[in-house]
Amino acid sequence: MTAERMIGDVVLELRDVQTYYGKIHALQGITAEVRAGEIVTLIGSNGAGKTTTLKTISGLLHPRSGSVHFEGRDVSRTSAHRLVRDGISHAPEGRRIFSRLTVLENLQMGGYTQSSKDVAANIEHVFELFPRLQERSGQKGGTLSGGEQQMLAIGRALMTRPKVLLLDEPSLGLSPILIQQIFGIIREINAQGTTILLVEQNASQALDVADRGYVLQTGRVILSDDAKVLAANDDVRRAYLGEI
Amino acid sequence: MTSSTVTAEARPNRFLVARRSGVGPYLFILALTVVMYFVLGPKQFVNALTIGAIYALVALGYTMVYGIIELINFAHGDVFMVGSFVSLFVLTNILGATGPAPDLATIVYQLVVTFALTMSVVGVLGVTIERFAYRPLRNAPRLAPLITAIGISFILQNVVQLIYGPSPINTPQVIPPSARVDIAGVSIGWINIFIIVTAISLMFGLQLFVSRTKVGRAMRSTASDREAASLMGVDINRTIAITFLIGSALAGAAGVVQGLYFGNITSALGFQSGLKAFTAAVLGGIGNITGAAIGGFMIGFVEVTAANFGFFVWAQAAVFMILIVTLVFRPSGLFGQQLGERA
Ligand SMILES: Nc1ncnc2c1ncn2[C@@H]1O[C@H](COP(=O)(O)OP(=O)(O)O)[C@@H](O)[C@H]1O
Ligand SMILES: [Mg+2]
Repeated sequence: MTAERMIGDVVLELRDVQTYYGKIHALQGITAEVRAGEIVTLIGSNGAGKTTTLKTISGLLHPRSGSVHFEGRDVSRTSAHRLVRDGISHAPEGRRIFSRLTVLENLQMGGYTQSSKDVAANIEHVFELFPRLQERSGQKGGTLSGGEQQMLAIGRALMTRPKVLLLDEPSLGLSPILIQQIFGIIREINAQGTTILLVEQNASQALDVADRGYVLQTGRVILSDDAKVLAANDDVRRAYLGEI
Repeated sequence: MTSSTVTAEARPNRFLVARRSGVGPYLFILALTVVMYFVLGPKQFVNALTIGAIYALVALGYTMVYGIIELINFAHGDVFMVGSFVSLFVLTNILGATGPAPDLATIVYQLVVTFALTMSVVGVLGVTIERFAYRPLRNAPRLAPLITAIGISFILQNVVQLIYGPSPINTPQVIPPSARVDIAGVSIGWINIFIIVTAISLMFGLQLFVSRTKVGRAMRSTASDREAASLMGVDINRTIAITFLIGSALAGAAGVVQGLYFGNITSALGFQSGLKAFTAAVLGGIGNITGAAIGGFMIGFVEVTAANFGFFVWAQAAVFMILIVTLVFRPSGLFGQQLGERA
């Protein structure tokens, strides 16, 4: 599979990013990069700063110091609703489906920045990827099962045909079969040319699909390497892969 | 912000579905309307619908703003009051109207100009208030914007008093109160028909706008999860501003109608009618557009019934009782708290 995949230039670059929640110093200097076509994963235990990193990239939060560069441009101060137009899509932690909107309306919201012609085409594309969503298209988002909601969250984020897709714990709370399915879809989306930055607590699966990984601990990167190397690293195995 | 999204997610989904299919409240409304018709008689029934239409228009603004930023905008009643004075200014100072217009063409001309100007000015007023008074406090504790809203309410009242004085002022009744039409043997004022039709058209228009348009969808998603909406590309500030624009413009329309119907206005209007409209919004389920509209008509019935049986002084108390009873026994109102959920 890796043979046909093209890894290009750096599209996303974090330089010594420091992000705060009021007085809480959540990111204490994150430096990382993602190249076009890659799947990169951020792993780390609860509270390490993975979600905060994604929010800082997508513009929901802004770094107090350091910078986020997207396609060579400093986007540290750019707000989330603009970055969507530029090509960053973020499927947030907890799915955050609009529970009172229908599945179709959720997808239309995903295509909010698109022309209505593109929205129609992209909905087709999402339905091909997730036939289940088509069956449920008239149903309220809140009535979907956890797995369906996750599909909707990913489908919604794909509606803009993003250059970079940020996924925050897509496997959380899903059954093993669904987890396999979601990771399969992550591979497929990437094979279609979308760069992916994947946050996971399920480190073994994440390292399995990813090209490279960063290990976060209390707001810092403590390790970064090829995914295979990380998966073989004793400290990583002990701390994040549940092995002794 | 985070706390509001957490509660939105914590709401059990089955509750939303079960609520949706409930026809109980609608049957209740239907029964109430029929009973009211026989209790009040046709003339007072039409009067109640007219007054209710005004409350409903004002209630929409309370409910839309609450739906989207969970703020009880206590200044909204005074925005309505300002609307009635802007309307007075347009009619007398710009159009030179002094009373009933001489012919239909003049009536139409004066009404179109007055509604257009008043709704625009008041809409912009609402947006300005949001921009400078509420937006800076958007992430502050919820008490802060609430207190600010009360402050804005006082400012608006005092500014109007400064210009027009505290006592009631006569307004031109462009549609002559004597112009009446017989419908099924009942004589109904054209002004009543005009107000009821205008209000219902505006409400349907709003409902269509919120449920069918892209901006409406952006409003509903912002109401449901602000952060997720911004990840979809929705400009939250702009969407909230549009919500204030529409809600305030509707209050402006209600202000025009108030002067046309009653023939006088006062700077205390915001407090008197504003509280009743707020009760209407709570009764209908604050955040719910259809609920607010129906709540407005119900408050109209309550008030006219009290007045009809010689308890006019009790009307206010009755409305407050409804507010308290609703808040205690059914805080989500008759129709639940959903922005534009029902058609
Ligand atoms: N909204 C918030 N307010 C204050 N602190 C927060 C907030 N969200 C996260 N934090 C803190 O920031 C740190 C990083 O959290 P987060 O990025 O959510 O970690 P992860 O996604 O790796 O579990 C944690 O210490 C957490 O307690
Ligand atoms: Mg997280």
